[in-house]
Amino acid sequence: MSAINESVTHMIQRQRTNAQEAAKPTDERVRKISPWRVLLDRPELGSIAGTVLVFVFFAITAGDSGMFALDGVINWAKVAGYLGILAVGACLLMIAGEFDLSIGSMIGFAGVVVAIPPMYLGWPLWASVIAAFLVCMALGWLNGYLVMRTKLPSFIVTLAFMFILRGLTLVLSTTFANSTIVSGVGSKFDESPLVSGLFSGTTFHGLFSFLASHGIIESFPNGEPVVGGIPKVLLWWIGLAVVAGFVLARTRFGNWIYTVGGDANAAKNVGVPVRRVKISLFVFTAFCACLFGVLQVAEFGSAASDRGLQKEFEAIIAVVIGGTLLTGGFGSVIGACFGAIIFGVVQIGISYTNIDSDWYRVFLGGMLLIAVLFNHYIRSRAASTK
Amino acid sequence: MADDYILELDDVSKFFGTVIALQGVTLKLKRGEVHCLLGDNGAGKSTLIKTLAGVHQPSSGDYRVDGQSVRFKSPREALDRGIATVYQDLALVPLMSVARNFFAGREPRRRVLGVLNVLDMKYANETARDKLAEMGIHVRDASQPVGTMSGGERQCLAIARAIHFGAKVLILDEPTAALGVKQSCNVLKLIHKARERGISVIFITHNVHHAYPIADSFTLLNRGQSMGTFAKTDITKEEVLDMMAGGTEIQSLVDELEGRAA
Repeated sequence: MSAINESVTHMIQRQRTNAQEAAKPTDERVRKISPWRVLLDRPELGSIAGTVLVFVFFAITAGDSGMFALDGVINWAKVAGYLGILAVGACLLMIAGEFDLSIGSMIGFAGVVVAIPPMYLGWPLWASVIAAFLVCMALGWLNGYLVMRTKLPSFIVTLAFMFILRGLTLVLSTTFANSTIVSGVGSKFDESPLVSGLFSGTTFHGLFSFLASHGIIESFPNGEPVVGGIPKVLLWWIGLAVVAGFVLARTRFGNWIYTVGGDANAAKNVGVPVRRVKISLFVFTAFCACLFGVLQVAEFGSAASDRGLQKEFEAIIAVVIGGTLLTGGFGSVIGACFGAIIFGVVQIGISYTNIDSDWYRVFLGGMLLIAVLFNHYIRSRAASTK
Repeated sequence: MADDYILELDDVSKFFGTVIALQGVTLKLKRGEVHCLLGDNGAGKSTLIKTLAGVHQPSSGDYRVDGQSVRFKSPREALDRGIATVYQDLALVPLMSVARNFFAGREPRRRVLGVLNVLDMKYANETARDKLAEMGIHVRDASQPVGTMSGGERQCLAIARAIHFGAKVLILDEPTAALGVKQSCNVLKLIHKARERGISVIFITHNVHHAYPIADSFTLLNRGQSMGTFAKTDITKEEVLDMMAGGTEIQSLVDELEGRAA
C-alpha cells in the first residue's frame, strides 16, 4: 500500500521536471508517421486514385474517340454534375450517420410538381418551382423528424418514402396528364427568363463563341461553337460542392456533422444539438434532389414518373467511393465529387470504347465493393490504438 | 459553515418506481479537495453522480451548490454552474481529431471577410496541444485522430477538456477502471493537478488502491446508503477496504482457499 502511495507522490513531485523535458521537441512517445500514412488518412484518397485509374483506362481504350474532346468532356461532366449534386447532399447526410433512400423518387416527384401546375392549373412557372423546393424540403424535414422521433433506422423510414413518392408521382402525372410523362413544359421555360436563366441550358456563351472564332475550340462550319457554353448543372454542382465542402471542413456546423455521425451520444453529451443537425441535413439532401429534378425538367422540357430511378443508390455509391463511411463520422465532399466523376466517366466513356455497355453496372458494383473494403480498412486502422 | 462546501447533498433519496436507488445520502464536497466515492457494483454510485450531474433530480432531500439550493433540469444547467462530469464513455469520437474533439460543441470561431464565421483550427490545434501538454500528455499533432491515443490519454483528454472549459467541480466516473497501472498513475497525477488549480474533484471508483493515495476524504456507499464520510487522516486503507465489504469478503475467500489448500 505504502509503496503505491509513495510512487504516486514521487511521480507528482517529478511532474515539473517531466514538463520541462517535454517542452523539448523530442519526446520518446511521439512517433514519426510516414507521409504515405498521412495520405492514407485522407478520405478522398481512394476516389482520387480511382478517378486517375478510370481516366488512364479510358485514355488507353478510347483516347482517340473524342471522349476527351470538349464536347465529349461536357457529355460525361454533365452526368457527373447531375449525380454530383445528389452526392453532395447524400455525403453530408451520410457523414452525419444517416442516409436517405427517397431522393431518387423525390427527383421524379419534384419534376411533376414543377410541370403540372403551369401546364394544367395555370400557375406561373416560377411559382411551381418554388413550390417544388418547399414541398421537397418539407418532405426532407418529415423524413428527418420521423427518423429522429422514432429512433428507427433511416433505412426503413426513407424506404417508405421512396415508395410513397414514386407512387404519388405516378398518381399525379396520370391524373393530370393522363400519361406517365408530363410534356410541353419546355415552352413554359422559354417564357420565363428568370427560371430558365437559373436552370436551363448553358452559360458563358460569349466566351465559347470567342474561343471558337479564334479557333481555340471546335466550331461548326457556320462559326457557332460545337459546345455553346458550360451547362448550368455543372455550375450548380460546383457551387453546391464548394459551399458544402466549406461548411463541412471549416465551420462549427461542419464539426457538429462529424461529431453527430461519429458518436451521437457523445455529441449530445458535449452539447451538440443532434436532432437539429440531422434534420437540417435531411432537408438539405431533399433540396439537392429537388434541384436535380428541376434541372432535368428544364433540360428535357418534360417531367416523367420514372425520373431519378435508382439515383439514390448511385448517389450512395458515389459517396462511398468518395471515402465516406456508411456508418458516418468520416468522409469528404471532394471525395463524393470524385465519386460522381468516376460515375460520369464510366457511364459515358464505356460507349466510346469497344466494350459492351452492358458491363457498366458490373464495373460500378466492383468499384463499390473495392471502395467499401478499402474504407473499412482505413476505419479500423484509424479507430484503433496504434 | 456552509460556504466551506462547494457541493452538498443533504439527505438525498432517489427512487425509480419501487426501487430505492439512494436512501438518505449525505455528501459534502469541500473546495479544492479530492473526494472519493467508493462502493461496489449496485451501491448507487451511478445514480449519485447522475444526480450531481443534473441527469436525475433527487426524489427528496436537498442539493446545494455554493450553499444555494439548486434543482437542475438538465446536465447543461449543471455544466453552466461549473459542474462537469466525465463519464466512462468519455464523449469522444475516435475518428475525429484531438483538437476537433477537444472543442466539440464549443468550437472557437473567427470572422473571415467580415461575414463568414469559420472554425479557428489554428487556435484549436494550438490550444488543445498546449492544454494537454500542461496535463502531461504530449501530442505531436492535434489533428491526429483520437483513435490513435491510448485509453489513459483519452481519459486525460476528456478531463483536460472539462478543466479548460471552466469546470469548478469535476466528477470522474471510474476514470481508472479500464486502465493499466501506468496509465492509472497518469490519471491520478492529472487529478492531483486539477486539485492544485483549486478544482474540487469527486472521484468514483471501486479500487481503493487508486483512491487512497490521491483522496482527501472518502464517502462509502453500500446498497444505496452512505456508510459515512471520512477524512484520510481518520482512516486507514485497510479500514476502507473492510467497510467496502470487499475486504471481509475477500478475506473470507482467502481463508477458505487457504483452508482448502491446507
